[in-house]
Formats: sequence, structure tokens, C-alpha cells
Amino acid sequence: MTRFLLSRGLLLVLGLAVASVLIFLALRFLPGDVAQVIAGTDATPARIAAIRESLGLDRPLPVQYFEWVGGLLRGDLGNSVVTGTPVASEIAEKAQVTLPLALLSMLIGLAIAGPLGVAAALRRGRPAGFVLSGSAQALAAVPVIWAGMLLVIVFSLWLGWLPAQGFPRAGWSDPGAALRSLLLPAITIGIIEGAALLRFVRSATLGVMGQDFIRTAAAAGRTRTGALLTHGLPSVALSIVSVLGIQVAGLLVGTVLVENLFTLPGIGRMLVADVGNRDLTKVQSEVLVLTAIVLIIGTLVDVIHRLVDPRAREVTA
Amino acid sequence: MSLIVDNLRIAFGERVVVHEVSFEVAPGARLGLIGESGSGKSLTALAILGLLPEGAHASGSIRLDGEELLGRSDRELARIRGARVAMVFQEPRTALNPLRRIGAQIAEPARIHEGLTRAQTRERGTELARRVGLPEPTEILRRYPHELSGGQRQRVSIAAALSAHPRYLLADEPTTALDVTVQSEILATFDELVRGSGSGLLFITHDLAVLSRIADHAVVMSEGRMVESAPVPQLLTAPVSELGQRLLAAARRTAFRPGGTE
Amino acid sequence: MSGFSRLLRHPAGLFGLIVVAVLLVAAGVSLVWTPHDPVFTDSTRRWLAPTWEYPFGTDNSGRDIFSLILAGSRVTVLVAVGSALGAGIVGLLLAAFGALTRRWVRESVAVLIDVLIAFPTLLIAMLLAAAWGGSLLVVIVAVSISFGVNIARVTRPEIRTVLAADYVLAARASGIGSWGILRHHVLPNIAPIVIVQLSWGMALAVLAEAGLSYLGYGAPADTPSWGRLLSELQTYIGIQPLSVFWPGAVITVTVLGLNLLGDGLRDVTDPTLSEPATSAGGNA
Repeated sequence: MTRFLLSRGLLLVLGLAVASVLIFLALRFLPGDVAQVIAGTDATPARIAAIRESLGLDRPLPVQYFEWVGGLLRGDLGNSVVTGTPVASEIAEKAQVTLPLALLSMLIGLAIAGPLGVAAALRRGRPAGFVLSGSAQALAAVPVIWAGMLLVIVFSLWLGWLPAQGFPRAGWSDPGAALRSLLLPAITIGIIEGAALLRFVRSATLGVMGQDFIRTAAAAGRTRTGALLTHGLPSVALSIVSVLGIQVAGLLVGTVLVENLFTLPGIGRMLVADVGNRDLTKVQSEVLVLTAIVLIIGTLVDVIHRLVDPRAREVTA
Repeated sequence: MSLIVDNLRIAFGERVVVHEVSFEVAPGARLGLIGESGSGKSLTALAILGLLPEGAHASGSIRLDGEELLGRSDRELARIRGARVAMVFQEPRTALNPLRRIGAQIAEPARIHEGLTRAQTRERGTELARRVGLPEPTEILRRYPHELSGGQRQRVSIAAALSAHPRYLLADEPTTALDVTVQSEILATFDELVRGSGSGLLFITHDLAVLSRIADHAVVMSEGRMVESAPVPQLLTAPVSELGQRLLAAARRTAFRPGGTE
Repeated sequence: MSGFSRLLRHPAGLFGLIVVAVLLVAAGVSLVWTPHDPVFTDSTRRWLAPTWEYPFGTDNSGRDIFSLILAGSRVTVLVAVGSALGAGIVGLLLAAFGALTRRWVRESVAVLIDVLIAFPTLLIAMLLAAAWGGSLLVVIVAVSISFGVNIARVTRPEIRTVLAADYVLAARASGIGSWGILRHHVLPNIAPIVIVQLSWGMALAVLAEAGLSYLGYGAPADTPSWGRLLSELQTYIGIQPLSVFWPGAVITVTVLGLNLLGDGLRDVTDPTLSEPATSAGGNA
């Protein structure tokens, strides 16, 4: 187990290192000059020179890279080129919107995909099963932004139940209002991600249904469905855990789009704005933070899987 | 009072895989069902439990102590499975739930049908583990299936099947997947336990040598049809059917002497 | 081609084929004709209700929404085809490097693939857009990278199997070089998997284009695009809520069609192939 944790940890560090190099290089192979891009086409040469010096762009690439990474290791994500504010504190602030949104979306997605995916498997070959997996297939093809618009039309414009956009200025000091403004965005992501997840749960359940030990459990005196629910669901849950890492990537993309759709002050909306402002140092750190989240959760999922599945655990553990 | 299979027919849509099979197992009796793989032996056993694979349909009659089983709902059959008719499956590697400890599986039928408490289940499990000859019973109950050998896992399956004292036991090639040496030991344990329990036994195998150690009477199946039904000693000396003769020849080629133990 | 006729008998595959055919025809027709000029604005015909003349109605500046959608299909086709080509090239190059080169190159490629898998397509696109500015090329490159990596990962086990097969060892022994083996033995074996993946990849590309154009980093301002149209119509969602229906519906049907085409191709080529990890990722 310790060996597994060590090797998995090492792989994570390696992954983060590779990711940071890729991100760094992607923003350095620019058509022209970084400072020029940041300053804009109508900037004076003096302003461009100032930017170049403040960013250390006159120094060799490796030096720039290690300076950035060194800062990251100290928790310093650099300062915005445009506003001069520290990136770390801004990300921390925006995370108060994005993380709850992502979490809520995931819970909604799981709440939809779990029961309905199992139901779709149990009703396979019958009308209910066909409708369930057919709607999941169709919903998984719906663009998140469109789903959000349709939900806004129904629940905000027609029924007037939930706000169509925005986040309370007071933030989480009024939890009710904050939660209300996150509900529709989270449902939007949750439904679409849930539809994709539902198909996975369905095929995982079908896979378990064919297993011999389910038949053994039925032979012990359970109904076929009862055998699947008591003996099969833990296996299905285990497979869901193993795809949560991929789900997180989908979730982050969902938040970027949905935060813009619902004008929520989160990391995704900030990223889109920073890309527009050509705030390269900020974009660089933001993308790394988001990628790190995906990689870290992927690693955690692996570790959890290892801890929960007795077959993967070492006998001596 | 017996388990009577009468004119059982199993079909997948148009394709009939078991044709008019009939036999009877009385409590304490030991019937062997022998045939090559694909002859419909396993499906026959699964039909008794109402656990046929999806798409298969059984007709005819299966009567358990006078009660008709065919056509009963899954819920009603579940009350019978494990309690009155239990089954031991062929493949010990996959028959046990990999995510559950042995202790939670070895007395599962007893726990379901007798409503045992947690402590009673543990007690029953230990007792069963000892009876089927598992080493260090209390310790082994805490293990997971993958930590046991194939033979040990099959002992667990046998213990589980007998845990709720079923009146009838179906065994589908319980030793085929095991090494030859282990096979013989398990067969001995199985034989002794079934004798002790007084359950009626339907023992499925493709091996006449194994059959001769367990069963008194045998039904020979070929391509879904019964081709012979005879007492085992008669099958061992003068089989009538062509398949019976082939099975005997095959058994003779292996280290088997009629009447001998090994 | 027996595979093709089997695809025609596969309901999902047939649906996918029809969607792709309609999309291609729409894009082709829109090059020479649309009912109205898709970019012509006329304030006297703002928000017209759907009629025969304007089947999907008009928008806030009086443009015909049907013509805009017809013209927008060009962008969709361009991005889908461009991404498929790019992803195919990226995927096969990575797969070849991961299979044929020296051990340390192989291992590095494997690590690179594992890391790149963690980058959502949209994030790659944002990164590129930050450096290069938004454009359709950025969308195509982003999808090519992220889906190409996926193809490399999915084909990796198959390539290993082929390379370890007896007939390949025999070919090697008779002096056929690595690239020859790749061309004559590996490619024919992984082609079905790659084609299925590309179909799913095009679905991802259509969603990515819509998302990025919605955010303003995809199609340029004067080019009709479904995602851009969605973002323009969203501004007036309080006035004409139902106008957002059509662009979203055509995106959905297109993505569904490409996904089902992939499913159909998978079923007729190899029924044992499992679904790709990315198809569980939804709107990446």
C-alpha cells in the first residue's frame, strides 16, 4: 500500500510538472512578442518595455519557468498583468462560487444517473428501459449552454421560481440566496453530466448483472432484483468512483460555460475574461490550477478505489 | 414428497435446448445428471430454481413436494431458493461476491431465511466453516474470496448451500474447475455432508467416475434429451445408450476401476 | 461494401448517416444559396414570427434565423472535418511513437498522454486562445490535440497486441522495417477503432465549436455559427425566448447523429469494443 501511494504520488508530481511545462510553453509560442500581445496593438514602446521588464521576459525561458514554478510552490501564483492584483487571492475568492457549483452539479448528476442508470439496466429490452437510455443518449448530446437557456426560460421567465442570472453581492453571508442562484446552473450541468453518467451506470450495472455471484445471491434466497441491489450495487458504485476523475474534467468545462451563461463570478468566468484581456500570467496560473484539480482528483479516485476494492488492496495491508 | 421434474422443456425463442426431461429426486436420494457440455444439464437445474438466463422459457412441470414451481413469481421462488432447494455452482472463482468477506457469504441463505442476527450469523458461519473443513475458521471468515484457493472457495459455496438445511441440493459440476487432488477431497467432504444432511441431491457432471462416487441413480442427457435412466451400477457395467457407452469408455481411460474408490 | 449495408440496417447508425448527409447537403447548398442573405440586417423585420418565408423567424436585427443556421452549418462541417483530420494525425503519430520507438521515448509518450487526457478540450482551447486570439483554427487544434490523445490511448492496447502477434514477428524476422509493419499490419488492424473514435470526436468538435463560439473565442464576428447565434439570441431571451430553440436543436441533433453514427460503426465493425472514456465526459 505504501509503495502504491508513493508511486501514485510520484506520478502525480510528474504529471503536474509536465502539465506546467506544457502550459508555460503554449503561452510562449506566440505570434510575435508576449509583451506586445499583453499591451495591445496601440501601446507605446515604453509601455511594452515596462511590461517586458516587469514580467522578466528579457530573461531566458528556463529562468522564467522556474521563477513561475518557484512562486507556485510558495503559494504565489503571480500578479495580474492587467490589474496588478495577486492571482492566488482572486482564485480563492472566485472558488467560493465555482467549487460549490461543481459539487452541487456533481451531486445532482449522481442523484440522476445512479438510480435511473440502474433502472435502465433492470428494464433493458422493455419500453421504460428504451425511453431511459434513449433520453440519456439524447441529453448527452445537448450543449450545456442551450440546456441552461431552456431551463432559464422555463424556471425563471415562465415560472419565476429561480433567478435567471447573477450571484448575491453579499455572497455566502446569505446562504439561501447564494444557493438559490447556484441551483439552476447546477441543475444545468448536473442534467447533462448526469445523462452521460447514466449511460455509464447502465452499462456497469448490466456488466454486474451477468456476474455469477449475483446468481449465487439469488440462489441463496433473494429475488433477482434484490440480489442485484444488495450484491451488485457496491460493484457499480466502485466503477462510478473510477470514472469520477473524468467526470471532474467535464464538470470544470461545464462550470466555465455555465458561469458565463448565468453571469456567476467564478473561476470559469474569470478565465474567459482574462483570455479576452490577454492577461497571460493569470491565464497561465488559472489553467494550471484547474488542471491540477483534475489531476489531484484523479489520483484521489485511484487511491480510494484501491482502498475500497479488497482485490486491489494488498493482503498484508 | 419429492422434487419432480416432469416433461421439462426449455427454449430460447424457437430454439428448444431441453426436450421433455423427466426425473424425480426424493429426500435422501442421490440422482446424477450426466452428459456432455451443452447438453442442457445446467439449464435444467437453473429452471428448478427459476434462475434461467434472460430469454429462456421453461414449460412442462416442476413440482416441489407437491407444489408447482413453474409460473411462480420471482418473489415466491426466492422464498424457496436457499431454504428448500439450494445450489452449488461450478466456478468457484466467480461464484462468490469479490467485495464481501467470507463471513458475510458463508451463511447467507440461513441469514436470509432464518433472520439470524449478526452474532448468530457469525456463530453459524464458524460452525459451517469447520464442518466443510476450512482451516482456521474464525480467521478465514474475515478474508475476501480472492484470498482463498479455489478448493477453499468451493468449500465456502458448499457450506453456504447447506446453511439453511435445504431439503434438496442441486450441484452443478462442483469439482470440475478444481485440481484433480483437490477435486477428490472436496468430493469426499461433499459426499459426507450431503449424507449427513439427508437432503435429496441432484448432481450434475460430465464425468462418470465422479458420478459413481456420489450418485445412486443416473439420468444421461444428450443434446437436450434424456437418452438413458438407470441405476449407477448398471450404467457402469452395461450402458444402453450410445452416449452412456462413450462416457464409460472415457471413464475407463482415466484412473478408474469400477467399484473402487480411486 | 458489406459493412456499409450493415450500417444501413443498424437503426442508430442509419440515423447518424442521415444526419451527416443532411448536414453535408445543408453546408453545400448554403455555399451557393440561402433563402435570405444570412448577414443582411433589416430593422423593419425584427422578431418576425415563423412563416413560410422565415421558417424559424427573424432575430433582433431582422436576419433570417433559418438562413443563419444553414450558413452556420459550414462552420460546423469545417470544424468537424478539420478536427477529425487533426485528431487522426495526432493520434496515429502518438500511437506510432508510443509503439515503435526506443523505450524511453515510449514511456515519455505514455506520460504525456496521461497528462494531456486530464486537460479538458475547452481548457486547451482557452489556453491557445489566450496566446493566439480566438479563431476556428484554435478550436480545431484544441480538439485535434485532446481527441488525438484519446485515440492514441484507445488504440495503444490494440497496437501492442498486433505487434506481439506471430505474423508480425515473422514479418520482422524477414526484414520488414518498423514503418512497413506499421503500414501493412498495424494500420489495417486499428482502422476500425480509429474510424469509430473519429465519429465520436467530430461530435465533441461540434460541441466545442458551439461552446467556444458562444464564449466569443470561436467563429469570427461576421461568420454565421450555431454557437455564436445562441449567444446572440440569449441577449434577447427575455423578449423572444423561443428563438434560442432552433440553433440549440440543430447542434443537439448533429451531435446525437455523430454519436449514433459512431455507435453504429462500432457495432458493425466490432461489437466487443467498449465506449470511450470521453463519451462519459459529455460536453467537453
